[in-house]
Amino acid sequence: MSIWKYANPVKFMRSSGAILPWVVAGAGLCTIGGVLWGFLTPQDYKQGSTVKIVFLHVPAAMMAINIWVMMLVASLIWLVRRHHVSALAAKAAAPVGAIMTLIALATGAIWGQPMWGSWWEWDPRLTSFLILFLFYVGYIALWSAIDDADSAADLTGVLCLVGSVFALLSRYAVLFWNQGLHQGASLSVAPGERMSAVYRYPLYLSMLGFLLLFVALVLIRTRTEIRRRRLIALQAKEARA
Amino acid sequence: MIDLGKYAGTVLAAYGVSAVLLIGLIWQSVAANARARKALEKQEKNG
Repeated sequence: MSIWKYANPVKFMRSSGAILPWVVAGAGLCTIGGVLWGFLTPQDYKQGSTVKIVFLHVPAAMMAINIWVMMLVASLIWLVRRHHVSALAAKAAAPVGAIMTLIALATGAIWGQPMWGSWWEWDPRLTSFLILFLFYVGYIALWSAIDDADSAADLTGVLCLVGSVFALLSRYAVLFWNQGLHQGASLSVAPGERMSAVYRYPLYLSMLGFLLLFVALVLIRTRTEIRRRRLIALQAKEARA
Repeated sequence: MIDLGKYAGTVLAAYGVSAVLLIGLIWQSVAANARARKALEKQEKNG
């Protein structure tokens, strides 16, 4: 059995239709459960109740970077093997990634104001995240700007390769430039840096929820793209007849 | 009622903004999928 059989739109529609209700149910349970559990955690001795923002900020930031990585893999599959479903999956993931980046930026700004005394700083991680958001917007705009679907997939695939530099920078900016306001990894295994279990477990659940939410949305949006493409093909066939 | 202390506005703003963005994204994804399915069914029926 090969994974490439799912590159066939008919097989993709059939298999994604079968797993979608389970993914949606899991996403709903884990996202609502994780965020609600996080909201009910006690206040931090230093940050007060603002610590509750971590249950939205960290999962959204994690997804913002990893969605771009998923788009990179899907784009490479398109560029190398020309499987249309992979190109459509990358296209479908982009708006989800853009919203995740926007949530990370917005919750970060709201959290930063009382903690740092500033809504925004040109800190390496914040700046690289802003550039990543602009890459998402540019990627979506490029797909919309080109009529020929294959050319659009080629050009957005190249843009995705270039943008991967900023996705990596967003992840490792704190390590590359040790001068910003932003802290390092929230989930460290280093002794003395480990987050308390009171916050860690709801955060794990929330992260799982955001991951499942992304999978559910990408499945739905890829199915939409496949249907749109089939509709265009049928309309073109009708026009020729 | 949960006591959010002096940062209540900050926490609620973060949750509110995230909820609006996530619900908007889910609604747009589901609505676009329903529209595409209907249009394709109509085309297949007529064709």
